[in-house]
Amino acid sequence: MNMRPTLQNRKQRNGIIYAVSIILGILSILPFWIMIVNATRSTYQIQQQAISLIPSEFIANNFAVLTGKIFNPYTGFFNSFIISTGATICAVYFSTLTAYALVAYNWKLRQPFFTLILAVMMIPTQVISIGFYQFMYRIGLTNNHLALILPAIASPMTVFFMRQYMLPSLNLDIVASARIDGAGEFRTFNSIVLPIMKPAMATQAIFTYVNSWNSLFLPMILLTRKEYYTMPIMVSLLKGDIYKTEYGAVYLALALSVLPLLVVYFVLSKYIIAGVALGSVKE
Amino acid sequence: MQNGKRTKSVSYAKYGYLFSIPFILIFAFFSLYPTVFTAVIGFTDFKGVTATTFNFLEAPFDNFVRVINNGTFQKSLINTVVIWVLNFIPQIGLALLLTAWFSNRSRKIRGQGAFKVLFYMPNIITAATVAILFAAIFGYPVGPVNSILSTLGLSSQAFDFTTDPWAAKLVVAFIQFWMWYGYTTIILISGVLGINPELFESAELDGATPRQMFFRITLPCLRTILVFTLITSLIGGLNMFDIPKLYIWNGGPANETMTASVFIYAQAFSGSYLYNRAAAASMIMFVIIAILAMVVFYLMRDKYESRLNKQIRAAKRAQRKAMRRNA
Repeated sequence: MNMRPTLQNRKQRNGIIYAVSIILGILSILPFWIMIVNATRSTYQIQQQAISLIPSEFIANNFAVLTGKIFNPYTGFFNSFIISTGATICAVYFSTLTAYALVAYNWKLRQPFFTLILAVMMIPTQVISIGFYQFMYRIGLTNNHLALILPAIASPMTVFFMRQYMLPSLNLDIVASARIDGAGEFRTFNSIVLPIMKPAMATQAIFTYVNSWNSLFLPMILLTRKEYYTMPIMVSLLKGDIYKTEYGAVYLALALSVLPLLVVYFVLSKYIIAGVALGSVKE
Repeated sequence: MQNGKRTKSVSYAKYGYLFSIPFILIFAFFSLYPTVFTAVIGFTDFKGVTATTFNFLEAPFDNFVRVINNGTFQKSLINTVVIWVLNFIPQIGLALLLTAWFSNRSRKIRGQGAFKVLFYMPNIITAATVAILFAAIFGYPVGPVNSILSTLGLSSQAFDFTTDPWAAKLVVAFIQFWMWYGYTTIILISGVLGINPELFESAELDGATPRQMFFRITLPCLRTILVFTLITSLIGGLNMFDIPKLYIWNGGPANETMTASVFIYAQAFSGSYLYNRAAAASMIMFVIIAILAMVVFYLMRDKYESRLNKQIRAAKRAQRKAMRRNA
């Protein structure tokens, strides 16, 4: 028989757990806090004392320094918005359609097709970037948003997730009765299947959007003209010599790139955490 | 009746093909062809920023041999693995500890939802931003970390976290750890929720301690998820780009944080634009990742098949029941 922990022991243990969790929580917030506060401080203040918890009043000044050079937050936001929105719509709509083909119909190549999706699911696009770039260059799709939007139509991960969600939640009898009512297959998909898949589509939309918004590698090699730069490319410019000594402006630029994500995250955090947890159920 | 159903579904089979066409076309165009193209470029003399034509090499594997013997590539591979290990061991350790704490049945930790939200937060922030933010935080000679170190009296001189090879790798590994432990924790906790609660209940009745239950029930039941986490993290780690590229520009003058992806990028899109070498290096990475992906594939397939078998068995049982009722 093992000794059960006494009440006092347990209280102590709980104290440790809360302490560790709170420290980790602070560790998550602190870098962003430093960033936001320093975005409002002048470069001179930051050089004198790099860490401060109290905001200052140089934010307008920093903004002028920042936008006076190459960093253009409006262009960055605009391009990221176009690409992420386009990619998300493509990925979510067409993945649901592909999943529907896998779930609702009995066709000869269904199983091989699903096996293909499983097989290529884990291969990242980054390892084929050389061929991708050269191909896009040849067909004139470099410096074009489409090269980053259209590939989303074939998102194996999203198809897999949609299929797993659709299997238990789509009752094929509903589809059959729609057929009896004379609805075409494509109309049935759009007006009956899509509404049923809404929760899964919302989850996948969030993750596709965030991934697309954050991606750096492919946009960086495909978009070489300044007017096409996405937000992460704009951010990468901060590393160059142009902003070397402009600490306040750099922190402000970082804050500008993070704030929309933080707002979206805290609004949708419940769904996002649930979506991440689903990720483990899916395998 | 059953036969009738089958012939009916056959007549709709064409829609299965029809609705898969967008996926298949786009996949062939934007994934399959670029993969083949990358492989082909690996066997050619294709280089130079303005070049559009190329010839196949007389020694077909020349690029591969050169890349494998390239000291920078070797270093980049070692760096990639070292940084990944330095990030993964503490990451999985902390995630398991938090999982044990948060899923312990005999104590209720309040505010778990809020903690999860905080732990996961770094994961959704743009990695490029995180890299430059940490470069500023670990800044030299002035930066928040250096100012904390000097306030605490731990160091009299500012420490440069970019030129010391181990410090640079540790910072990059720490950033990766910081971005990913929350994700792993959530995955593991939801894995625990998927374990049959009767296992824990009967163990409790037998007088098992929480520690015993964690090591004898939770861990073995999480085995598949742990392997899955390990391999997906390794695949992600082998592609590590944003953080090592931007924490120190291009991996640093002495290649302290040069990873395989940064190497490929630098070969293809700077200097003399050696597309052929970059393609050869890409294909080497492709093969390594494909082997790892195969492991994930088999894990998932087995799970999928066992679920399918279960469904078939359940269907048969129902059928038998129905037949008995009819008889």
